[in-house]
Amino acid sequence: MHQLWTTFQASWEVLLEKTQEHIYLSLVSVVLACLIAIPLGIYLSTHRRLANSVITTVSVIQTIPSLALFGFMIPLLGIGPKPAIFALTLYALMPILQNTYVGINGVNPALIEAGKGLGMTRWQLLWIVQLPIARVVIMAGVRLVAVQTISMATIATYIAAGGLGDIITNGMSMMDTPTILLGAIPVSLLVILINILLLQLNRWLTPKGLSDEKTSGQH
Amino acid sequence: MSQAAVEFQQVTKNYGSGNVLENFNLVIPKEKIVTIIGPSGCGKTTLLKMINRLIEPEAGSVLLGQQDIGELNPVELRRSIGYVIQQIGLFPHMTVEQNISIVPRLKGEKKEHLVARTAELLQLIGLEPEQYRGRYPHELSGGQQQRIGVARALAANPSIILMDEPFSALDPISRVQLQKELIKLNEQVRKTIVFVTHDIDEALKIADIVVLLKGGQVIQQGSPKELLERPAHEFVREFLGQERFQLAYSI
Repeated sequence: MHQLWTTFQASWEVLLEKTQEHIYLSLVSVVLACLIAIPLGIYLSTHRRLANSVITTVSVIQTIPSLALFGFMIPLLGIGPKPAIFALTLYALMPILQNTYVGINGVNPALIEAGKGLGMTRWQLLWIVQLPIARVVIMAGVRLVAVQTISMATIATYIAAGGLGDIITNGMSMMDTPTILLGAIPVSLLVILINILLLQLNRWLTPKGLSDEKTSGQH
Repeated sequence: MSQAAVEFQQVTKNYGSGNVLENFNLVIPKEKIVTIIGPSGCGKTTLLKMINRLIEPEAGSVLLGQQDIGELNPVELRRSIGYVIQQIGLFPHMTVEQNISIVPRLKGEKKEHLVARTAELLQLIGLEPEQYRGRYPHELSGGQQQRIGVARALAANPSIILMDEPFSALDPISRVQLQKELIKLNEQVRKTIVFVTHDIDEALKIADIVVLLKGGQVIQQGSPKELLERPAHEFVREFLGQERFQLAYSI
């Protein structure tokens, strides 16, 4: 414990820098994945035949071991933060894509019929009915991805992308427990914190009429 | 001169398994409750959904007033026609007020106007505005939900309202009550109501005019009394049921 404290005092500036790098890697990847997967999921919900093949393809990425995926990045894109973000984004696509697709398709068809019959355009139907009702499901996917990305960004150190993984691997190579912990504890705290934060955000964003749902649009 | 609210002219609709409607003609008069009945597969829902272009005919035209609806923008058309469906279809994430005012909001009406309009409509369907406007659909009974469904259809003040088996998912007590309320309501608001149902009692009870269909053809169109007193075809007798005729004669 005492050793951990002295290590912390000695290298808190490095810790701060690595934490920032770690958050940067994760945040950019998750945001990119959202920007790609949510519109794609919406699009696929009206093109069901295409949906199957796209979702299958994207899910193949999910089966590649994370270290291997980072490895593939080196010949393709070299090393550093950019290939790391690329790999993390690829990994993050599937849960968001799938939840968006399922969420939008899960909206009760009677609501679509009502919306159409009342004179909503395709876009209005999406913004007024489908997205608000599917939001709970989509956000659950985003939360899963946020947690997964922060964890996985730890491995990005192997392709020199920085982040808290640097401290952990550094500690491992020196067989120095306090240094390992100096990286491992913050990354764990970060995951827990983000998870709680997003859980709260989801609760806060859930439309009131859906929060204690009985007759909601979801199955 | 024309008292037709909706007119079908030589309409044909085909779902691939033969024609549901073939060279179909029908005049729906203004400001009446018109019920459409007939055995399942007779084309009654198809006919209803053609009026707001949720279904498009293969041939022929549907006129609204003098206007061929095929020439109108379907979105604009639907906003000018009320629509009530069997599954009610209230938006679960919106309050009663937001649900009722959805069509005027789609049309871009001002907010102050909407609040007053919602209150007026809630009053009309017998729900206390202050008590109900902020509630969510799942906090209401089935009967109350469908009252809101009717209010939503009335909100933009359409001259025509389409109702697709609106009361058939309700319990018998609410159903009878809503039928009565609909008759009273239309004495006040004077809309053309096209009402599809498979419940013969309901059809005869609420209708000014009954349209009986079979195999995509109109078998008889007239007041409930006319159908019972002067059935145009043996099928009328058969479909409405012998006991209703005995009842009608005994009165």
